[in-house]
Amino acid sequence: MLFKDLPIQKKLMGVIILISGIVLLVTCTSFFAYEVFTFRQTTTRQLSTLGEIIAANSTAALAFDDQDNANEILAALKAEQHITAASIYDQQGKLFSQYPATISAGEFSSTPGKDGYRFENSYLIGFQPVMQGDKRLGTLYLKSDMNAMYERLQLYSCITILVIIVSFLLAYTLSRIFQKRISQPILALAETAQAISERQDYSVRATKVSNDELGSLTDAFNQMLVQIQKQNLEIVSFNQQLEQKVMERTNELEVSNKELESFTYSVSHDLRAPLRAVHSYSKILEEDYIEKLDDEGKQTIKVILRNSKKMGELIDDLLAFSRLGRKEVNSKDIHMDSLVRGVTNEFLSSTSENNNNVEMKIQTMPAASGDQALIKQVWVNLVSNAFKYSSKREKTVIEIGSYPKGDQNVYYVKDNGVGFDMQYYDKLFGVFQRLHSQEDFEGTGVGLAITQRIVQKHHGEIWAESKLNAGATFYFSLQAIR
Amino acid sequence: MENAEVEILVVDDSMDDANLTIRSLKKNNVVNHLFHVKDGAEALDFIFAKGIYSSRANATKPKLILLDLKMPKINGIEVLEKIKANAETRTIPVVILTSSQEDPDIQKCYKLGANSYITKPVDFEGFSKAIKEVGFYWMVLNRSNISV
Repeated sequence: MLFKDLPIQKKLMGVIILISGIVLLVTCTSFFAYEVFTFRQTTTRQLSTLGEIIAANSTAALAFDDQDNANEILAALKAEQHITAASIYDQQGKLFSQYPATISAGEFSSTPGKDGYRFENSYLIGFQPVMQGDKRLGTLYLKSDMNAMYERLQLYSCITILVIIVSFLLAYTLSRIFQKRISQPILALAETAQAISERQDYSVRATKVSNDELGSLTDAFNQMLVQIQKQNLEIVSFNQQLEQKVMERTNELEVSNKELESFTYSVSHDLRAPLRAVHSYSKILEEDYIEKLDDEGKQTIKVILRNSKKMGELIDDLLAFSRLGRKEVNSKDIHMDSLVRGVTNEFLSSTSENNNNVEMKIQTMPAASGDQALIKQVWVNLVSNAFKYSSKREKTVIEIGSYPKGDQNVYYVKDNGVGFDMQYYDKLFGVFQRLHSQEDFEGTGVGLAITQRIVQKHHGEIWAESKLNAGATFYFSLQAIR
Repeated sequence: MENAEVEILVVDDSMDDANLTIRSLKKNNVVNHLFHVKDGAEALDFIFAKGIYSSRANATKPKLILLDLKMPKINGIEVLEKIKANAETRTIPVVILTSSQEDPDIQKCYKLGANSYITKPVDFEGFSKAIKEVGFYWMVLNRSNISV
C-alpha cells in the first residue's frame, strides 16, 4: 500500500517513529564515531607513553649491549596484555631484543620503520627512538592489538541497540498517544462527513474543536452544508410549484377534453337529426311529387339529396377522426399476413362487379406490434384507395409487401392507378384535403388523415411516392417484433 | 288510431322523425295500428295506463316499442328502465331508435335490457329500409309471447 493511502494515524505515527529513528541513528553513530576516535587517540597516547618509558629504560641495555637486560625489560611488557609484540633495534638497525621471546624473528621487520605511532592493518604500532642525550642508541618497536577498543565498542553497540529499542518503544507509545491530538479531530470530521453523505441528512453540523486549518475546514464544511440545505429547500419548493402547475394544467386539459367529448356527442346527435329531416323529406318529395316537377325541379331535388347525403358522410368521418384522437392504442403482436389477406379478400368479394381484372400480389410479411383494430383500419384505407384510384384502369395491379428498416418494419401498398402530383405532397394527409375532384373519384378527404393519425400514434411514419398516371406507393412503418 | 289496440308504440320527441318512421312502417304494410307519443312521460303514462291514458287499463300491451333516447322531461333511458323493471311490461320488445352511435349509450341500453339498438341513418333510403326491416322482424318474423 502506498504511503499516501495509509490512514492518518498510521501516517503520523510512522513519521514520528521514522524521525525518532533517524535522530537516534545519527546520535548514536556520532557518539560511536567520537568514541572510536577518542579511543584511538587515548590508546596511541598510552602506547607512546609506554614506549617512551621503555625506551628510556633501555638506554643502558643498548649502551652496554646487554641483550639479557633488554629482554628483561621487554618481558615486563607482559603486564600490558594488549602488547602483542615488541622489539629493540640497535644503532645499526639490527634486531637486538624481542618480545615475546617465543615468536619467530620473522614477525618483525628486518629494519625499523619510520619513527612514530600509526595504525597498520588492525594493530597500533610504534617506532620509538632510544636516545641518550642527543645520541640515538636504537629503536623500540611496539605492536599493540586493538582488542580493548573492540571490546569497548562491542559494549557500546549493545548499549546503543538497547537504547534504540527502548527509544523506539517509547516513541511508538508516546506517538500513539500524542498523534491522537492531531488525528482525532480529523477523523471526527471525516466521520461526520461520511455520516451526512450516507444518511443524506444535511442538518447535521461538524463541531469545531480548534482554530487551526482544521477549524477553517470545519467552518467551510458547515457552510457548504448550510448551502446544500438551502438549495434542497429551494428545489423542493420548486418541485411543489411545478407539481401544482402540472396539476392545474392537467385539470385544464381534462376540462378541455370533456368539453370536446360533449361537443362530439352534440355533433353526433344534434346535427344528424335535422340533416335526416332534410334528406328524408326531400326524398319523399321526389317519390310522391316527381310528376309535378319539371326537369329543373327534378335536378334540384337530386342536388339537395346528394348534398345532404354527403353532409352526413362528412359528419361521420369528422366524428371518426375526432374519436380516434381520444382512443388508446392497445399494442399486441399482429399477424400482418392474415390481417392483410382478410382485408383484401373483403375488398375482392365486395367489388365483385368490377372484378374483371384485378391482380393482387401479396408478399409474406413479418409480424409487428400494434393495435389490431387500428392497423386494420390503416390497411382498409390504403387498400380501398389503391382500388379506388386504379378503378379506371383496364387491369388493376396492386402489390403489397414489406421490408425491414432498423428495428421497424416498413409495409407498402403499390397500385397502378392515376397517381398524384408530388407537387401537392403536403396536402396528401390533410383533413378534408383532396387532390382529385368528386366527379373523378368520390371521397371526403379524411381517410389518409385518419391513417396518418393512427400510424403516428404507433410512433411510426407514413409517406408516399407517386408519378402522375403511373400509380402510387404508400409506405408506413411499425415497431417490429424481434 | 284506436287507443285500445296499439301494435307499435313510437316514442320520439321529433315530429319529423316520427312521421318518417310511421310513413315507412305504413308504406311497407308492416302494421296498421301505430301510436306516437312525444316524450318519456307520455310514454310511461301510455304503457302503464296512467294519467290521460287511464282508460287503457285493460288494453293489450303494444307488441313493439320504438324508443328514442334524447327526449325532454323523461328521457329514453329512464323509460327503458321502467319498462324493463316491471314484470308485466318487461317482455315487450323495445328497439332503441336513436341518432346517437356513442358507445356509452349503447352499453347502457343493453345493460338495461334493450332488445335491439338501431342508429337512425341520415339518408332516407337507409332509414326507411331500416324501419321496414325492424318492423318486419319484430312484428312478423319474431315470435312474441303475447297471444293475440
